[in-house]
Amino acid sequence: MCILPLLNNQGILKKLKLNEKNELNLIMEKQRYERPFIVKLNAGLMNKFGTRAENQPVTHIESVSIKGLLKEFGSPLFVISEQKIRRNYQNALRIFKTRYPKIQFAWSYKTNYMNAVCRIFHQEGSWAEVVSGFEYDKAIGNGVPGNKIIFNGPDKSDNDLIKAASNQSLIHIDHYDELYSLIRLSEERNLKPRVAIRVNMDTGIYPKWDRFGFNFENGQAWNALTRILSNSHLELVGIHCHIGTFMLSPEAYKIAARNLCELAWSAKERFGIMIQYIDLGGGFPSINTLKGAYLPGSDTVPSLDQFADAITDVILGYGFKQDELPLLILESGRALIDDAGYLLGTVLATKRLSDGRRATIMDFGLNSLFTSLWYEHKISPAQKMSDQTEEMIMFGPLCMNIDIVRESITMPMLQKGDQVVVHSVGAYNMTQWMQFITLRPNIVLIDTENNTHIIRKAENLAYLEQLEQLPEHLK
Amino acid sequence: MRVRKNIAANEEGFLFNPTTGDSFSTNSIGVEIISLLKKDISLRDIVDELYEKYDVDRALLERDVEDFSLQLKEFSILE
Repeated sequence: MCILPLLNNQGILKKLKLNEKNELNLIMEKQRYERPFIVKLNAGLMNKFGTRAENQPVTHIESVSIKGLLKEFGSPLFVISEQKIRRNYQNALRIFKTRYPKIQFAWSYKTNYMNAVCRIFHQEGSWAEVVSGFEYDKAIGNGVPGNKIIFNGPDKSDNDLIKAASNQSLIHIDHYDELYSLIRLSEERNLKPRVAIRVNMDTGIYPKWDRFGFNFENGQAWNALTRILSNSHLELVGIHCHIGTFMLSPEAYKIAARNLCELAWSAKERFGIMIQYIDLGGGFPSINTLKGAYLPGSDTVPSLDQFADAITDVILGYGFKQDELPLLILESGRALIDDAGYLLGTVLATKRLSDGRRATIMDFGLNSLFTSLWYEHKISPAQKMSDQTEEMIMFGPLCMNIDIVRESITMPMLQKGDQVVVHSVGAYNMTQWMQFITLRPNIVLIDTENNTHIIRKAENLAYLEQLEQLPEHLK
Repeated sequence: MRVRKNIAANEEGFLFNPTTGDSFSTNSIGVEIISLLKKDISLRDIVDELYEKYDVDRALLERDVEDFSLQLKEFSILE
């Protein structure tokens, strides 16, 4: 027996059924249901930009069905598109390479240190940028040669420094205590580490990031450089800065590039040493919308071309001879990975709050979607829904008042079991997520041929308890 | 539970309360519920009627109709 469902324009479901005598019978079925809905009309109060309704369904990532992914790997589920990562990387490289001859990207491990993700970047030619001993070991484990690992951050133990120095890694010194530790260790062990200093400065942005590195304006950075250049155990190879995160002003990078060029120029003039590289760090934004922003990120975030123009114009115009031009290193993380990551989830329940607002409870919250603290994430339904939309508050599943995914979002009328896609979650979520109340879900990679691979398994109780120990008297 | 006599409602889902000046928009199933309420049909019977017509889980329908009626009360559409 065969049944063919048909839908007419009133949404009435009919089925053509083939009976035993091979005759076609038309069966009238029930109409498609939509929850009753009423909204008060407020004339004259409209935002002049209108309310954005995220009601375009997103049913596939690359060519893979979202319904199928959730069925196979469970909900919630992080999904990463390898193709998107490669496209983002190649696009960024092209943007900088067409403006400046010597470019090197270094993958910012803290942004997303899933080994599969790191290896895609390394395959594309990225070095590694790490900020802790364990990230350093991860980079080595991913096959990155020691001399292509940049070691940033204020926390490097003596063992970390010895390891990095022995591997010829690029050690970016953050403070005087680290500088003196490194000098002592190098003298004791007869090492010659390759070093740079991190410089902080006033680029006109707020808040000023002056907690990392040596200050430019008060002369501290130059003093640190002088100290390094006059020490026979240290080899000064570069100068580094990272002026902030989610920077929306290319102008700030101009100032940063000019200040680093000035330090490099002074080192050349006074010590006759040409710095090998200038590292402008990262901080380029993704198209996410920051909380409190008046317009969506897609309308306000400057393009990577604008940042590239700002940086390369300054370096090329500074006066270095062609063969003296320093290598330009970029540690971009978020801008290369954010839109390659998706979080798929399911509606657990809907309810109405005491003030009449509609509330939707999802099976993911800020424990897995940490960036919901910073962004108004774009969220789309994953199935075709009616055109009727409603404003709602979207909660996560945690039994915690702070667990809010979106304080206000206009979406189709979601109900239990409906599936959604959260966009641009590739940066920071898979490193800053918390194992809190619920277990962390699977992460799946869609490769360039649309095959799916679990790159991190969903956690279970055994995983969670493996490091716990019970004292004898509690056993 | 009765729809206020002065509430004007059309088939497209536009409602107007001339006393307060408030206007509202509802969807087609909302129009159906309001027109049944106008005929003094109880919520229970309304659920029965809609359940026959729509492809929906009965418990969900009951909950949605109850929630809708609470909203109608909140908006002073029901007495």
